[in-house]
Amino acid sequence: MIEIENVSRLYGEVAAVSHVSLDVGQSEIAVIVGTSGSGKTTLLRMVNRLVEPSSGTIRINGRDIRDQPAPALRRGIGYALQGHGLFPHRTVAENIATVPALLGWPQTRIRARVDELLSLFHLDPALFRDRMPYELSGGQSQRVGVARALAAEPPVLLMDEPFGALDPIIREKAQDDLAAIQKRYGTTVMLVTHDMDEALRLGTRIGVMDGGRLVQYDRPQAIIAEPATDFVRSLLGAGERALRLLSLTTIEDILEPGDAPGEPVAAALSLRAALSESLWSRRAALPVEKDGRIIGRITRTALEARAAGPL
Amino acid sequence: MRLRIIMLGLVVLLGVFLAQPLAFSGLFAPLTRNGAAPIYTQTPLLTLTLHHLALVAASTLAATLVSIGLAIATTRASGLAFLPLARAIANIGQTFPPVAVLALAVPIFGFGSGPTLIALFLYGLLPIFETALTGLTEIAPETRSAATASGMTAWQRLVKVELPLAWPVILSGIRLSAVIALSTATIGSTVAAATLGEVIISGLLTGNTAFVLQGAMVVAILAILINEGFLAIEAHAARRAGRPPG
Repeated sequence: MIEIENVSRLYGEVAAVSHVSLDVGQSEIAVIVGTSGSGKTTLLRMVNRLVEPSSGTIRINGRDIRDQPAPALRRGIGYALQGHGLFPHRTVAENIATVPALLGWPQTRIRARVDELLSLFHLDPALFRDRMPYELSGGQSQRVGVARALAAEPPVLLMDEPFGALDPIIREKAQDDLAAIQKRYGTTVMLVTHDMDEALRLGTRIGVMDGGRLVQYDRPQAIIAEPATDFVRSLLGAGERALRLLSLTTIEDILEPGDAPGEPVAAALSLRAALSESLWSRRAALPVEKDGRIIGRITRTALEARAAGPL
Repeated sequence: MRLRIIMLGLVVLLGVFLAQPLAFSGLFAPLTRNGAAPIYTQTPLLTLTLHHLALVAASTLAATLVSIGLAIATTRASGLAFLPLARAIANIGQTFPPVAVLALAVPIFGFGSGPTLIALFLYGLLPIFETALTGLTEIAPETRSAATASGMTAWQRLVKVELPLAWPVILSGIRLSAVIALSTATIGSTVAAATLGEVIISGLLTGNTAFVLQGAMVVAILAILINEGFLAIEAHAARRAGRPPG
């Protein structure tokens, strides 16, 4: 879907992005992780030509992004940025309608789409449609910002630290919302963050950038199991690798038949949560419930096997 | 609310005075000596006031268009190099004393409203240019990024995002220019422009305090009304630009 081929961006003599190649497949969520100054934002901004590459090629759906004028290209790509960037002089509905209005959608279609998106992001349209951005909380602004990016149903969504300004609880909720909406529309997402937890939570692929170079680009399990460099290892947090690995899988995936004593745990929880519960309640096995029914059990032995690194 | 009543009172007072100045003769008579006329009647005060306001409006409008044009041009990527030059031009307009501008303009444009218009125009440039620059440059970078990333062309970004957001600040510059022009226009009467300055100058030449006072009074009330009027428009514009009230 997005093919980045040997792309570099120089500022004077300094390379902000240096010879990066990566492919993001249809409906994937590619998360680019790096510290500030690693070039991750520059890489993202080259995809919708907010920054022009010094060399290299970027294709979306097989088509070189330089084949059409930049404004036309950008109307087909959603863009959500840190601090949401809502237009302060426009209502929530007008903000969300930005791209559809530029594309000349009829009013009735725009209105229906705005209401659909507001509902999708748990904002009551009747209540929020006519609010001004200053009347929104940080979490609400962020949701409106993402809704605006998705308004014209773009096949590709770029996100620049979209959850950076949120407190941890709201951030987790926003990440869940994004994952649900991404699944619903099948949008291809490229997201930039400095937060490895966020990357592991959302990414189907994770790219790690360091000093303008892409040092690793792989599935989350592979990144945890075999970090390519010490930098990747340090981003993962040396003491947490096993737990991070567990957090990628849900209980349902390693369910065993059988029963166990005590309070059941929900099948949708991560293995990390299951291990925590197992340790805390001193039980070697936990019953697992789904839709109010016990559907099996999960044992600490199985959890330990899952958390083990390669030999 | 109380402010509104005061402003309304001023409008009524000014209106009555301009419509029937002679009715106020008794009020101004104690300021005259040797039985001189207490009210200026060579030209009707209403005519002078309208002429005065027309000069101010024309010069402020011209200064607004040119200043905003300059500010837009010098905040585009291609025009940034001209920013110092534009600033210099606007500053020169402001540092020239208006009397000097009048003196220089008379040989070219003759006596009358022409040189006054030019002096007021040059004087009005700087405040509007500076506030327009402030307004256009203080827009948050992420707002600008969002506009570009939504697929707006440079023109759409200017018209749909930058100007609406900068407008309240630009208005404050226009207000400043208009009030300055209003007071400076009185000097125009030294080169035979028909403004309220005529009344004041006539009073000074004949030692008639009543004339000086009534000329100055009309200008002062106009200045207050224009200032308050613009402040009300600014408040409205600020709400439209999405600034939280208060």
